Amino acid sequence: MIEFPDISPAITELWLAIAAMALLLIGVVRGDRATRMVVWLSVGVLAVAIWLVWSDADTSVVTFSGLFVADRFAAFAKVLVLLGSALALVLSLEFLERERLERPEFPVLVVLATLGMMIMIAANDLLSLYVGLELQSLSLYVLAAFNRDSEKSTESGLKYFVLGALASGILLYGATLVYGFTGSTSFTGIAGALAAQEERSIGVLFGLAFVTAGLAFKVAAVPFHMWTPDVYEGAPTPVTAFFSLAPKVAALALFMRVMLGPFGGIADDWVGIIGLLAATSMVLGAFAAIGQTNIKRLMAYSSIGHVGYALMGLAAHSPGGVRGTLVYLTIYLAMNLGAWGVILSMRRTDGKLVENVEDLAGMARTRPFLAAAMAIFMFSLAGVPPLAGFFGKFYVFFAAVDAGLYLLAVIGVLATVVGSYYYLRIVKVMYFDEPAPAFLQPAGATIAVIAVTAIFTLLFFLFPAPFVAEAHLASLALFP
Amino acid sequence: MLYGLIVFLPLIGAILAGLFGRWLGDRGSHIVTCGLVTASALLSVPAFWFVAIQGNTQIVELFPWIISGELEASWALRVDQLTAVMLVVVTSVSAVVHWYSIGYMHDDPHQPRFFAYLSLFTFAMLALVTADNFIQMFFGWEGVGLCSYLLIGFWYHKPSANAAAIKAFIVNRVGDFGFALGICAVFFVFQSVEFDAVFEAVPRFVDTEIEFLGTHLDTLTVITILLFIGAMGKSAQIGLHTWLPDAMEGPTPVSALIHAATMVTAGVFMVARLSPMFEYAEFTLMLVTIVGALTAIMAATIGLVQNDIKRVIAYSTCSQLGYMFFACGVSAYQAGVFHLFTHAFFKALLFLGAGSVIHAFSGEQDMRRMGGVWRMIPMTYALMWIGSLALGGIPLFAGFYSKDIVLEAAWGAHSGVGQLAFVLGIMAAGLTAFYSWRLLFMTFHGHSRASHEVLHHVHESPPVMIVPLLFLAAGAVFAGMLFAPLFVGDNHGFWGDSIFVLASHTALEEAHHAPLWVKLLPLVVAVTGIGTAYWMYIARPELPARLAEQHRELYRFFLNKWYWDELYDILFVRSARAIGTFFWKKGDEATIDGYGPNGVASRVLDIARRAARLQTGYVYHYAFVMLIGVVAFVTWYLFIVGM
Repeated sequence: MIEFPDISPAITELWLAIAAMALLLIGVVRGDRATRMVVWLSVGVLAVAIWLVWSDADTSVVTFSGLFVADRFAAFAKVLVLLGSALALVLSLEFLERERLERPEFPVLVVLATLGMMIMIAANDLLSLYVGLELQSLSLYVLAAFNRDSEKSTESGLKYFVLGALASGILLYGATLVYGFTGSTSFTGIAGALAAQEERSIGVLFGLAFVTAGLAFKVAAVPFHMWTPDVYEGAPTPVTAFFSLAPKVAALALFMRVMLGPFGGIADDWVGIIGLLAATSMVLGAFAAIGQTNIKRLMAYSSIGHVGYALMGLAAHSPGGVRGTLVYLTIYLAMNLGAWGVILSMRRTDGKLVENVEDLAGMARTRPFLAAAMAIFMFSLAGVPPLAGFFGKFYVFFAAVDAGLYLLAVIGVLATVVGSYYYLRIVKVMYFDEPAPAFLQPAGATIAVIAVTAIFTLLFFLFPAPFVAEAHLASLALFP
Repeated sequence: MLYGLIVFLPLIGAILAGLFGRWLGDRGSHIVTCGLVTASALLSVPAFWFVAIQGNTQIVELFPWIISGELEASWALRVDQLTAVMLVVVTSVSAVVHWYSIGYMHDDPHQPRFFAYLSLFTFAMLALVTADNFIQMFFGWEGVGLCSYLLIGFWYHKPSANAAAIKAFIVNRVGDFGFALGICAVFFVFQSVEFDAVFEAVPRFVDTEIEFLGTHLDTLTVITILLFIGAMGKSAQIGLHTWLPDAMEGPTPVSALIHAATMVTAGVFMVARLSPMFEYAEFTLMLVTIVGALTAIMAATIGLVQNDIKRVIAYSTCSQLGYMFFACGVSAYQAGVFHLFTHAFFKALLFLGAGSVIHAFSGEQDMRRMGGVWRMIPMTYALMWIGSLALGGIPLFAGFYSKDIVLEAAWGAHSGVGQLAFVLGIMAAGLTAFYSWRLLFMTFHGHSRASHEVLHHVHESPPVMIVPLLFLAAGAVFAGMLFAPLFVGDNHGFWGDSIFVLASHTALEEAHHAPLWVKLLPLVVAVTGIGTAYWMYIARPELPARLAEQHRELYRFFLNKWYWDELYDILFVRSARAIGTFFWKKGDEATIDGYGPNGVASRVLDIARRAARLQTGYVYHYAFVMLIGVVAFVTWYLFIVGM
């Protein structure tokens, strides 16, 4: 007799799945007019999901025959993902309405992608990992090409799809190698098999190399980042904002769980690889962004750089490192959300959305509030104390130095210096250049998101303790 | 309390006018600064009575200032006879100049600032003369230097004023460096910077040696020479005098107060104050005498041919400072300070009178465009005569008493340098008389060379400018005859312990027994000088041009001020510029910037461009890069396993 699995740990995922179908139904029945309602309903659904996750955060259970895990680490990452998705939806509404993209599929796809991410975060087996990953990726491919009348948008969707398929193939190939040489797809099983092996198995390492490559593609770490600038630039701006938020968090959470869970025992072997990914990402993110004139492209490189810093915490392969990465992701989420809010507000009075750095010229005089908020985000992204971004970097650098990764820390600091240039250039353009035509007043919801994230970024240094403590508890879940 | 008020009242005035001048307005700033400085001047009269006449010298401890290891400096007011004399000079001339400035500066838009600077200067000068230790003296020393800089450059929109201010500051830096080194040496040798402690210890260090610049030198000689270099800078002695004529770019009251009566005499005051040290350093005294004598004659020769009315008086100041120094050099400090005292009155009178002339000529300073106006401005004319008579050393006027005693003391020293100083001093006295009357004749007599329009506006100055001059004129007439018996008379009791002279140095004593020809000679040359001036500028006005033509080289040499500025320009300015340019262009821009910030920045841009070029847009390129990444990972693991 087959025992029915305990579904209570997966209640959030089930809620999202059912809600997504219900939302789709509403969209189908009511048509495009329902977009606004569906967006707000989706935000509500995600808010309920946050509550569901948070109300049962303090657990550590495995269910669905070991495929699915719910622990504090998962809860922390899930809350970040849900917050990112919900706020990205809030930011996107105005865009959808103004650009005549009012289709209820948009919020539904976001909810489905979020569901995929939830499964990724909760995966405890190579199979559930892949299922979650694909659910997320397929939704994202569609979202990238969402503006199907735009050549750039469809191109970016196609590029993302082709390369994503390649990455999935690489990941799957790695998974089969790992299975072949350890005899298990379960994370616990793999960890056990590796611990039992007397000497290192070349097959498992090969498999790990491919798995790492596949995951690196999802987080867009160098050299698997090539899709990012093109997709970020081509996709509709709210989609780009969404790409840079929730999926990053989910993929990094998954990355950490895979590397520290099943392969935690052979950390000494992969630290070099992760360190290399981190270092090249930080350096390329810093250098390549300098020449960019398109702010979406610039933010793409910026996100590559930030992934590098986040990976530094993983390279430290310690609770402190994981804590650092989680704090980093929290802060990254806030400041990026705000920055994208401002970018989405770059709409001229004739309704045309602009996306070049030069278009921000003199914004300090035409829209002082937006300019001040953007300046806060830019200073924070550059890592200037006492803004939040500085603390994010501080914790990961601290963990890296603690783990003896001095070279990596030095590269990180130097990359920060180079990176400051293009962040501060935006501030300079806003404050010291001759004003370009003014922007439209952004929608109230957008202003609210910008204001909240700006205040968070500005005042984080006053109350870092609850976040750091929570991240610390979450990180302990990966080190039983 | 009394002394504290004298010193700090001007500071209060400076703070009020400086910080709140905007609210006080011009009139309010006048009242505050002039009132407080005048109060200070009035209070210095009883102070002079108590201290100098009744002999109640005292040291008023105010508060500890610097305590660091063995270095202890308190803020204290040392009030003895020397200080009392200086207090009277500084506060009275300052008060007069303050009042005069109300009239002189009446259309300047920045009057509160001007009066704040003047009062601040007065405070700094008072801090200098009341100093009880080297550090406090240095404070005052630098304070007056700063105010001098600020006031020379008061008309900051004039490039020449800015250049003059900077020049004054930099040249003084050379002297101040010597002074600062001297103070360091004093502390190094004596372990104290208090005057009393140092003076008390000086006799024990006679004939000791100190290692300086790798050689062993006489301790006291080294220290006193270093200190004297400071005095040379501040008092514009030969070599470091070039800033003083240029400082005439400042407003005329400033020239009168700072660059004639008070600040420039700080060097003389310092040598007199430190007489217990200088007395034991024979070599330094010789040096002081020679420098003073050379300055006296050099500045006098330059003064002969200058055409700017203020520059003539400036070189005259320089020359008279030389007199004071060689008086100190032959150990007749009393005579030096006496000359300082009388000089303050008549030189301030001359400067302010010149200011009145310039005022009358609508800002013209070139004597070649003046003349023939003595009937139109009779008061100014009379006052200038009094000033010139005092400067020329005509009997009964102040300068006669002080200059004669200085020259007689030089003769009375009976030493080689003393004789040299006497001869040069006599020559300079003749030249002084000549250029003083040349100034009078060119300015007031003959045919007017001013334009019709300027001439039309010539007018007597307002009472607020003339009345202060009357006070100075009284000083120029009576200061000599009243104070000569007291300051340099046979009875040496006046100075008490404030000036120390070794028993073997008897120049001043000998001066009283100088033969008649020594006493008469200065007067004879002065009258000759006046006669020559009359002959050349009234009787035969075409003569000077012919003379200049005949002695072309000499004339140019004097006119170009002995080419000091040109020499310094070649020696220091250009070479420093060349070195600076070398380090700037080759060192900083080419090397440090080239390989440092700029080099790094351009490399960053190169890398950024290359990184961006990787992004071709072709999917197969991207996929290829991904595969390279996978290969790299696999290689890495193979490498690990191989280990």
